[in-house]
Amino acid sequence: MTFIFNLINGISLGSVYAIIALGYTMVYGIAKMLNFAHGDVIMIGAYVSYCATTYMGLNPLLSVVIAMVVCTALGIIIEGLAYKPLRKAPALAVLITAIGVSYFLQNSALLIWGSAPKNFSSIVSFDSISLAGGKLIITSESIVTVIACIVIMIALTLFIKKSKMGKAMRAVSEDKGAAELMGINVNLTISVTFAIGSALAAVAGVLLCSAYPILIPTTGSMPGIKAFTAAVFGGIGSIPGAMLGGILLGIIEIFGRAYISSELADAIVFAVLIVVLLVKPTGLLGKKINEKV
Amino acid sequence: MLKVNDINVYYGKIHALKGISLDVKQGEIVALIGANGAGKSTTLKTISGMLRTKTGSISFLDEDISHTEAHKLVAKGLAHVPEGRRCFLQMTVMENLEMGAYTDPSNVKAGIEDVFERFPRLKHRKNQIAGTLSGGEQQMLAMGRALMSRPKLMMLDEPSMGLAPILVEQIFSIIKEMNEMGTTVLLVEQNAGMALEIADRAYVLESGRLVLSGTGKELLGSDEIKKAYLGG
Ligand SMILES: Nc1ncnc2c1ncn2[C@@H]1O[C@H](COP(=O)(O)OP(=O)(O)OP(=O)(O)O)[C@@H](O)[C@H]1O
Ligand SMILES: [Mg+2]
Repeated sequence: MTFIFNLINGISLGSVYAIIALGYTMVYGIAKMLNFAHGDVIMIGAYVSYCATTYMGLNPLLSVVIAMVVCTALGIIIEGLAYKPLRKAPALAVLITAIGVSYFLQNSALLIWGSAPKNFSSIVSFDSISLAGGKLIITSESIVTVIACIVIMIALTLFIKKSKMGKAMRAVSEDKGAAELMGINVNLTISVTFAIGSALAAVAGVLLCSAYPILIPTTGSMPGIKAFTAAVFGGIGSIPGAMLGGILLGIIEIFGRAYISSELADAIVFAVLIVVLLVKPTGLLGKKINEKV
Repeated sequence: MLKVNDINVYYGKIHALKGISLDVKQGEIVALIGANGAGKSTTLKTISGMLRTKTGSISFLDEDISHTEAHKLVAKGLAHVPEGRRCFLQMTVMENLEMGAYTDPSNVKAGIEDVFERFPRLKHRKNQIAGTLSGGEQQMLAMGRALMSRPKLMMLDEPSMGLAPILVEQIFSIIKEMNEMGTTVLLVEQNAGMALEIADRAYVLESGRLVLSGTGKELLGSDEIKKAYLGG
């Protein structure tokens, strides 16, 4: 029973990683940059939801919507102010800017909300499910998280495959210049990508804090790094890869914590990443690009 | 139709185009020839808005486009088939063609039929990933994709690059056909002989400057051209 319990917890935690990893992977795939501030957008989303429920007494679901709106706007602003001017700059300059944005968000949160942890109350209001005569408890948060993850995955896949903007994203991800020559507004496409990634980050933040309710300004950094790992693990740029990578990472982490050592769990996660990258440098589902000259 | 007036284009400190002026009239095939690094691609990129000129102006259909964003030019009727084809290699042939009609989705169906009629080889490979096409097929796809926006002026950057002679002939005859159907063409080529044969007029570019211009026939007969570009 504990095995199944751990497995479910792993899938649930992994689903949060997967939702965050989608943001990393989409932005990387389309703008070709690693947005290391992505994890901190999660934290902002959680704080916004916290304020909406705690101070304004709003319905938890509504608070999620508000968090998504705020994070979407934040994503667009970050992209427009910090990254867009660097479109032609070397990758290293963009990376360092992203780290700067990350610290900026963390310190802004520190300034606004202080360093004392906030006790985030779960947005899920129905009861946990108890199976096998109470031996196996599936928390309501796990259920909601996994469902949210599946819905997001399907919606995003359809969006990218079928919608006009989705097709523009695929074209931009392959070749910005050629996409521009097709009449695609590349800047707008990149903005929309940030908007979607940030909205997903808000959802991830709320789900994460519903399961692990301590909210501080650095809440987003470790999950952010792990989700980045998950994205690389699954094959950065690949949407199913982010999903698979996230869920596997969650399972590995929880199993490592349960069966090996809770101190070593994070080290195990990164060790697995290194092994996978040694064997398959493009990640599990990463595409090998066959170029013809 | 297209008027380029005294443009100067820089890559950082490199002065790539030094005061170029040229024009293309409705219905013409105009060739732009020159050696490697002369600035041919730079000229096309500046016209299509991928690069900006420091001076002068570019107008298309009597409208100043020197400051228009590249993605807005497609809808105005300007298509640019870039050097190296730049097909979307991970998409299928069909998806590539659909991308070509991005600004004109109403033309997807009719456009694809038309492209397949012109390039029957693409039809047989319509569900194939573009990355697995041969170089010649990719060139056809790039041209077909550009046709999907129903351009008034098509700019082609070295369409014959890396192709076997028989395919080169085919590509050139397709360009001529396109032109007879009403598309004006600005053609950049290293293959000066072939280009001059189908061109109404041509310009010769050397280190960022225009050094010669004339009708295709005049230039084909010119000694300078024979020496520099036609191997004797
Ligand atoms: N991105 C760039 N950065 C710096 N210099 C460049 C860049 N692109 C082109 N140049 C320079 O500008 C000049 C013109 O280049 P361009 O690509 O227009 O030549 P071209 O006539 O198209 O040559 P080719 O026949 O080899 O394609 C060359 O000297 C080239 O080195
Ligand atoms: Mg060139």
